[in-house]
Amino acid sequence: MKRSYFSTIVLALVLAFLYVPIILVVFYGFVPNGTTMSFYNSNGEFIGFTGKWYSMIFSGDRRVDALIESFWLSLTIAGLATVVSCVLGTTAALALHKWKGKLQSLHHALVYTPLIMPDILIGISLLMLFVACCVDCGFWTILIAHITFCVSYVVMTILARLQDFDDRIVEASYDLGAGPWYTFFHVQLPILMPGIVAGGLLAFTLSIDDIVITTFVNGAGTNTFPTYVSSMTKHSKNLPAVFALSTLMLLFTCVLMGLSKLIARGGRTKTKGKI
Amino acid sequence: MSAPLKSKKAEWLTTLPSFVWLLLFFAVPALIVLAFTFHAHTPNGGVGEWSLSTWRDLVDPDYPAIVWKTIRISFEVTFWCILLSLPCAYAIARLPKRWRAIVAGAIMMPFWTSFVVRVFAWKTLLHPEGWLQACYLTYLKVSEWIFDWLPGFLQKFFIWIGFASADRVDPMLSTILDSESAVVLVSVYTFLPFAIMPMYTAAEKFDFSLLEAARDLGAKNFYAFRKIFIPGIRQGIISAILMVFIPTIGSYVIPQMLGGTDCVLIGNKIFMRAMQNRNIPHASALATLMAISVLVPLGCAVWWKKRQEMRDKKRLDDRTAHLMTGGVE
Repeated sequence: MKRSYFSTIVLALVLAFLYVPIILVVFYGFVPNGTTMSFYNSNGEFIGFTGKWYSMIFSGDRRVDALIESFWLSLTIAGLATVVSCVLGTTAALALHKWKGKLQSLHHALVYTPLIMPDILIGISLLMLFVACCVDCGFWTILIAHITFCVSYVVMTILARLQDFDDRIVEASYDLGAGPWYTFFHVQLPILMPGIVAGGLLAFTLSIDDIVITTFVNGAGTNTFPTYVSSMTKHSKNLPAVFALSTLMLLFTCVLMGLSKLIARGGRTKTKGKI
Repeated sequence: MSAPLKSKKAEWLTTLPSFVWLLLFFAVPALIVLAFTFHAHTPNGGVGEWSLSTWRDLVDPDYPAIVWKTIRISFEVTFWCILLSLPCAYAIARLPKRWRAIVAGAIMMPFWTSFVVRVFAWKTLLHPEGWLQACYLTYLKVSEWIFDWLPGFLQKFFIWIGFASADRVDPMLSTILDSESAVVLVSVYTFLPFAIMPMYTAAEKFDFSLLEAARDLGAKNFYAFRKIFIPGIRQGIISAILMVFIPTIGSYVIPQMLGGTDCVLIGNKIFMRAMQNRNIPHASALATLMAISVLVPLGCAVWWKKRQEMRDKKRLDDRTAHLMTGGVE
């Protein structure tokens, strides 16, 4: 039987399409001229690559201060939003899994609706809330907004994990004399951990990358990495520094993923050895 | 079960944190937005008296055109995403198991770079002196040629829905940057992985021996793909459509950075009204319109899914009934 290679060709083209801008990001981290974003000088001669944007980042140059600062702010907000949304998400998922009443169907609707709404609607509605309450926008409003849109994703991830959860384990724990708190911390939580970690990673990624909601609630002067980059694209001469920083982040994530794969594989061979 | 904590109390204890949070920061703000649409705006950027003037204003200026444009572009983006991700999902699901995980990971990897940075990278790629500009001009010429070849009523229809324009292309003035095509292209780029992933998850569970059976019975490759594979991953296709359509309706960064003045969508209008003109009632009304344009297709999808389930169940019931009576006779 003849198999068609059409779909494989499309897949290869799509992968190339997805990677074109990424390759560009890596290349433009080495561009010598930050104003024209070109590897050529005005006479059309090639002037080569430069590492000055990387040294700018590592030496703490004044010109990229605000960029680095916004990057740390993004990390802080993403970290805090992840922790809070994991706590809220875990309790919500447990409640949704265990009880099936009127309260829970309302709860479910409340958790599910933010997922189907475009980001901008969450942003604008939170802005309206802050306007109506006369709150000044800043760090705290960004954090509240990020937690709000992360919670639903965490709940959905943990709920998916809870579907394979054997509820008899909890009953067994109660029968053996454990209290609800002890059961939660020593039985349920360890089993749910992979789900919580997956949900937390998703929340972190969403929070650190969010620009739409943040632009509505950040107020003047508080910039996360995405909003700062977006304001830089309009006039800055130091844009290649953004590309250099993005390349570093990409590299860091790749190393982290590779390490986690290696550790997972190591763990598996170890248990295999034991059996 | 001998739960020491009273069940009702435990339920409230675990429900309250997330419930109160989402009530305060999601449900209440949504109601505030709805309430603001029934207010007039004051010149100094505040919210005035209760009135219907905001809703009356919506009919008058260019709002309906913007809403329509947003929906049309969302349909275009969804169409391209589905068209491209169908063969991709098929190809990944047919790979050996080891490779599947690697390719699926490779499709998600662009997300490790910041979204704004990726969109900006596109902006440099679409530079008027770049090679994509040449491709764009060719594309315009070809589509003009196809348009001329179409029957008159179709030409009129395309102009009427805003898909084509009666003006001729001027190569000096048409740049791909700041055009609607740039917005569609980069939106497809951004949302394509969201379309591939649910389809691939569905395709992985698909029984490929069905396709072989169809071919053995004489079906051509494409016919089998269309009649067996596509219905087989129906659920994945529906979630892919929603995953692309909803964020495109709400998209605002891509048109802002790449669409220029040619491509202002509801998202941009909401941002303009809320942050630049400080016309909060108008921004609220536009947000309400956007919510409606998301909820209508979503409602259709849910309704269709329910109907399909009912139909499947009925078919199964009929078949069992038939088998049972067959057994009796």
